[in-house]
Parts: sequence; structure tokens; C-alpha cells
Amino acid sequence: MSTSAGVPDAVQPDLGQPDLGQPDLGQPDTGAPFVVQGRGGGLREVARRRFLLSLLVRKELRVRYRASVLGLGWSYVKPAVQFGVYFIGLGMVLRQNAIGDYAVYLFGGLVVMTTFGEALGNATRSVVANADLVRKIYLPRELFPVSSLAVAGVHLAPQLLVLVVGAVVAGWTPDPVGVVALLAGLGLTGILALGLGLLLGAANVLFRDVENVVDLVLVVLVWTSPVLYPWQRVADLLGADSWWFRLYQSNPLTVAVELVHRGTWAQASPGNALAMPPGLGGRCAVAFLVALSTVVVGQWVFGRLSGRFAQEL
Amino acid sequence: MTTSALVDRAAVEVSGVSKHFRLRHTHSLKEAVVWTVQGRARTDDFTALHPLDLTIEPGETLALLGRNGSGKSTLLKLLAGVMAPDSGQVRVRGRVAGLLEVGAGFHPDLTGRENVFLNAAILGLSREQVQERFDGIVAFADIGRFLDTQVRFYSSGMFLRLAFAVAVHTEPDVFLVDEILAVGDEAFRAKCLDRIERLAHEGRTLVVVSHDLPLVERLCSRGVLLDQGRLVADGPVRLAVERLRAAG
Repeated sequence: MSTSAGVPDAVQPDLGQPDLGQPDLGQPDTGAPFVVQGRGGGLREVARRRFLLSLLVRKELRVRYRASVLGLGWSYVKPAVQFGVYFIGLGMVLRQNAIGDYAVYLFGGLVVMTTFGEALGNATRSVVANADLVRKIYLPRELFPVSSLAVAGVHLAPQLLVLVVGAVVAGWTPDPVGVVALLAGLGLTGILALGLGLLLGAANVLFRDVENVVDLVLVVLVWTSPVLYPWQRVADLLGADSWWFRLYQSNPLTVAVELVHRGTWAQASPGNALAMPPGLGGRCAVAFLVALSTVVVGQWVFGRLSGRFAQEL
Repeated sequence: MTTSALVDRAAVEVSGVSKHFRLRHTHSLKEAVVWTVQGRARTDDFTALHPLDLTIEPGETLALLGRNGSGKSTLLKLLAGVMAPDSGQVRVRGRVAGLLEVGAGFHPDLTGRENVFLNAAILGLSREQVQERFDGIVAFADIGRFLDTQVRFYSSGMFLRLAFAVAVHTEPDVFLVDEILAVGDEAFRAKCLDRIERLAHEGRTLVVVSHDLPLVERLCSRGVLLDQGRLVADGPVRLAVERLRAAG
């Protein structure tokens, strides 16, 4: 137990600005700044505590797959089954496979939807699920939604591998624009999930109805973006110039799905690129702005409400 | 008690802090409608702490005393930053570790080893610091070969020992302890007390909530007595304890 060696270390991270007080009595703490309690540093503090974040993510994965034979393998099985159902049901029975390379098209969109759904669903529950910690120990509460997002990222990895391999097999030679579009699509999904996750995770502490509403909305989402069908169907239905169609196309998740399509599916066969919707670049910029502003709003609301978490749980 | 010269380097400063809770009687739409129709108030206000000032110097050992419901634990939670005050503010210098409940951050499905890392990180240590102190923590807890067993299989004594070992080894600048010293067997309890006394001797600030008056008299030098959310006495711990005993 090397206490004397450990003391200065314990204080180092907190040394921000010099303090006017005299360094007397050899106190370990006189140099540290005075910090107002109960006011977290938000996402910035989360970024400083990456070690804790990594441990929380590992805990989450360990707990989710406890006493499970397949373990992390379930993150392959679930998307595979979902993919199989849609591919057979929609592709073969309802003949959507008129879309070229339908398997790549479908899976690309599903990757966005499952990742978003998992991240947002778990982030919404994350504060309530960690009630024991929230009530007893101070730590930046933003860690909980952020770790939900990170867990979804871990589950995304194998799906992404399958998607890229599938696209290459279908004929995609990875092009720089495509790779950037793919990464931008996934990044957009993550940012949006984080912003909404902060907002809804905080709201769920006050009203547990929120998590049920989120579950409901997540079921609908797969239909409000061109995941299962081509975007032209919606344009035909709503009118390509109508406000409803513009609204449909402004949905950041629609943009994310289209970016992933642009990345993997568009270059897989010669005809595919022509079927991409026009104006993706501009909508992409807007979608990123929208997603980033949900993070700002989410962080603000979360910060405002987090002082009440301990007493509401 | 608090001259301005001292405030400059205080370890903890509580200024004008109050806390009240709204007790909701209705938890669903149906109940809310029924209660409203019946004309009953749906919420009750309960003041846990009236505006309160308190300055704690570095290295001070302070006991928060009072009967059940006097606001001790609420004040401790405000110091730890777990709750935000309704008015005023709490300022703390250095790293705070609150032991508001032994093993609050422990997860039954993780092994002892994993829990040590997770909890030490929650209490603010970096990876290097945990690795450096890991052996000390394990030696202190003395749980031997159970280290790599899931915590759910631990006896309650083993669980408490490990949790306490982590907490004292985080070596915080301000250490908050809530009614946890009644843990473990006699030998381990003595070891814990020694350790806490050593933390105090190293110049760390200690704030203890306990109903164990002899223990409080041994550990602390200053006593603060709370009654119904108000600070009613502040001075040498012996006087505060006497006053609490006299009040029955």
C-alpha cells in the first residue's frame, strides 16, 4: 500500500488554475480549484473519462450476455433473422427484388435502422436502468446514454463487415466517395441517436411512458425511410414536388440510409447509381446540422434535468 | 467559525443551501383524476433542509449528527453532488468520494476483479491509478481466491469488505461516509477505522454520518447537529453528542 506515492497522483488531474491560498500543512488538496457540486461538465466530462466509459460498455455487454451460450453471437443472429424475414417476405413474395442487388440495398438500410433503434432504445432506458448508481454516486450521468451508443457501435461492427463483404461480392469496388458516404451515414445515425438519447433518457426519468413511446416509434421507423422499398414509390404516392415528400426526404434517418446506399449499393451494379435520389449532398449537410442541434438541445435538457434524477428515481 | 481568511482555502463550502422534496401522491393519470375530483392535494411539499451555511476546512473530521429525518443524508448527498440544491451552492476543492452506500456501484454479474476496476473508475481513478493500487485493494479486502468469482456468489461480508477496500483506496481529498461502519466482523471493522483515521491524519477531509455515537466521538473532532433540516449546533464533537443525547 504505497500511500505516499499515490497521493500526488490523485490530485494531479484536478490541478486546473493556480490557487491563491497558501500551500500550508502539506494538504493534498489546497491547489485544486473550488468546484460547484451537482453541476456536471456534460459530454465534455464524458470525453475526459473514457476509461470509465470503456468499463461501463464492457459491463453492459457482460451483463447482457450473462449465462448465454452464444454471447456476442446474438448480435449476428438477430439482424440475420430480420434480414431473412424481409428478404423472403418483401423481396420474394412481394417482389421488391425488382430493385437490383436487393439484398445489399435491404441490408444497408437495416444496418442503419437496427443500430439507431438499439442505441436510442437503450439510451432512453439508460438512466433509469442505472438508478442505483445515479442515486448514490456522482458521476457524469451523460455516461449512460453515451455508453448505450457505444454498445450499439460494438454490435454494429459485425453487421458492417457483412454489409461491406456483401457489397463487394455483388460487384462494388470500394470508391473514395462511397467510403466517405458510408461513414457519413453511420456517423449521422450515431449523432442523431446520441442527441435524441440524451433528450429522451432524461425525459424517461420523469415519465416512464417515454420508453414505451420510443419503442412504438422505432417499429414505425423502418417504413419511413427507403429501407424496404425504393424511394420512387413514395415520390409517386405523395407527388415528387409535394411538401410531404420533402418532409420524407428531410428525415435525417432517410438521409443516413441513402448515404449508406450511396456507399455500398449504388456502385454494385451499373444501373443502381441512376436510381439514387437527387440532391443527396445538400440534404446531407442539412441532416448533419439537424442531428448536431439535437445533441445541443439534448445536452441542454439533460443537464437541466440531471440535478433532479437522484430524487425522481 | 468561518472567517473570510479561512474561506479562501476551505475544503468544502456550503452557502445558503436548501432542499425540499415534492411528494407526489398520484402516479398515474387515473389517480390524478380521482384525487382532483375528490379535491385532495396531489402533492405535498417537504423541506429536508432549510437554508444552511457550513464551511469545512481541509483535514477536518466532521460528524453530521441528528435523529432520523433530520436532513443528514440529504446534506451528504448534496456534498457528493448526487443531488442539486434548490437554492445556494456547494463548493468542494479536490476529488470527492462519497461512500453513501457500500457497494452502490457493484454489479452482481461481474467478478470481484472487474468490480474493483469499475468502482475505482466510478470514484474517479484513472487506469494507471487502479492498476497501481489494485494489489493493495485486494490485500485489504482479503478475499483471496474469490477475486475472479462473480460477486453474486459472495457472502455479504466479503462483498462489503471488497467495496470498502475500493473506497478507502481511492484516497479522495474529501471523503463522505454514510452509516457504513457497522459492517463486517470486528477485526475488519477495526481495520476500516484505522484506515479512515489514517486518511484523516494525512490531511484529508472527512464527513461522517452515523448514529454510532462512540464511534463518531473517536473519529471526528467537530460535530454538527441537525434537527428537522436546521443546523442547531456546531462545535467540538463531544458537545454535539451530549446535546443529541440530552435531546433523547
